[in-house]
Amino acid sequence: MVINASEGEPLSAKDRTLISLRPHLVLDGAVLAAASLGADDIVLYLSRGAAETEKTLKSAIKERSRSGRAEPSIRIVRTSHRYIAGESSAVINRVSGGPSKPKFSLQRSSERGVNDRPTLVQNAETLAHVAMIARYGSDWFRQLGTQSSPGSTLMTVLGNVKHPGVYEADLGARLGGVLEAAGGTVTPAGGALLGGYFGTWLPPALLNDLPLDVNGLRATYGASLGCGVVAVLPQGGCGVMEASRIFSYLAAESAGQCGPCVNGLGAIAETMERIADSNAGPGDLEQVRRWIDMVRGRGACHHPDGAVGLLASALAVFDDHLKSHLYRQSCYGATVVGFPQPPESGLGWR
Amino acid sequence: MSDEVRRRIRVNPILCNGYGYCAEIVPELIGLDDWGFPIVSTSTIDDDKVLRLAERAVATCPRLALLLENVPPDPG
Repeated sequence: MVINASEGEPLSAKDRTLISLRPHLVLDGAVLAAASLGADDIVLYLSRGAAETEKTLKSAIKERSRSGRAEPSIRIVRTSHRYIAGESSAVINRVSGGPSKPKFSLQRSSERGVNDRPTLVQNAETLAHVAMIARYGSDWFRQLGTQSSPGSTLMTVLGNVKHPGVYEADLGARLGGVLEAAGGTVTPAGGALLGGYFGTWLPPALLNDLPLDVNGLRATYGASLGCGVVAVLPQGGCGVMEASRIFSYLAAESAGQCGPCVNGLGAIAETMERIADSNAGPGDLEQVRRWIDMVRGRGACHHPDGAVGLLASALAVFDDHLKSHLYRQSCYGATVVGFPQPPESGLGWR
Repeated sequence: MSDEVRRRIRVNPILCNGYGYCAEIVPELIGLDDWGFPIVSTSTIDDDKVLRLAERAVATCPRLALLLENVPPDPG
């Protein structure tokens, strides 16, 4: 049983916020999941650099062992802070003693995972929900949410909102309600990125009525909540430039293992940077669109798929900005600040 | 061959170095991208001749990056 608390998504703060406030809830969920699976090994998977989170969890683990509870001991495995270190096969690779790089396998980790043993890799927030359901029952849990998305979810709301932070949202709610909880937008929204760096850009007109329910999101908008990040673009902000910056970060975060990811993301990033600088050559955009289709689905993990998905949605949503970039005009969004910028790429894989 | 186990070709993209022999041996199933890495067909192979070529491509790959995967029959 692996508790995935690595939270490699740069914009997300939900797991570390949850752990700082309710560490035992996450650990309770892991112990319950381990008991129902008959797992005798519980691993807490953490990113190096999450020093506070690690401190909180270490003292929580100590409290549990002092209380003399009959439960498997919980050991900590750390990895360097990388975007894909939390990908399921990368987690298994790292916990088995290797680097936190994805692996190719025809089998699921539930069949063959850590050290070839069947393994459940579960996100910290999901385990906290498990612990709450065990305490209060599924009827209680289903008081919030919808038939297809019961309960609540943690969302990190940031960018162009008055009170950025982590909010718990009813899955039956609409995005407008979440933005309202975050104090509303500072300037009218210029769009938003939903679901983090593997997510989907949404035009401003859709934001208020957007359902959080999984079916409503997927069926109507082809989007998903992903890691629960909502990053709101300021009025006039350029989604093409922001998406290009994020894409360059993601290209640099490739584990460097698969040809289509190494070559494809690299080539797309370079060409997109030219477009974002209003310095595109003839055919650059067509080339990017062709490469997006070319690399999709061809990595050992979904890193290339997530990256090109983000870019494709930006190209579709910010058509007006895209045109001014292509006509080599300086984009009026270039000077708009307030959207969170991607960090420097991480170092090492252990 | 509908009552037999159906097979399709898969590439392990981590092992693959883009030698490209596979695309020469069985172009019916494998093309190359702009950087010389294989784009493999995800459909099951329904032609015996193509299947034999696919087996040869699997055996020829210097990186042992290709494999033939058994596809369970449609439950419907």
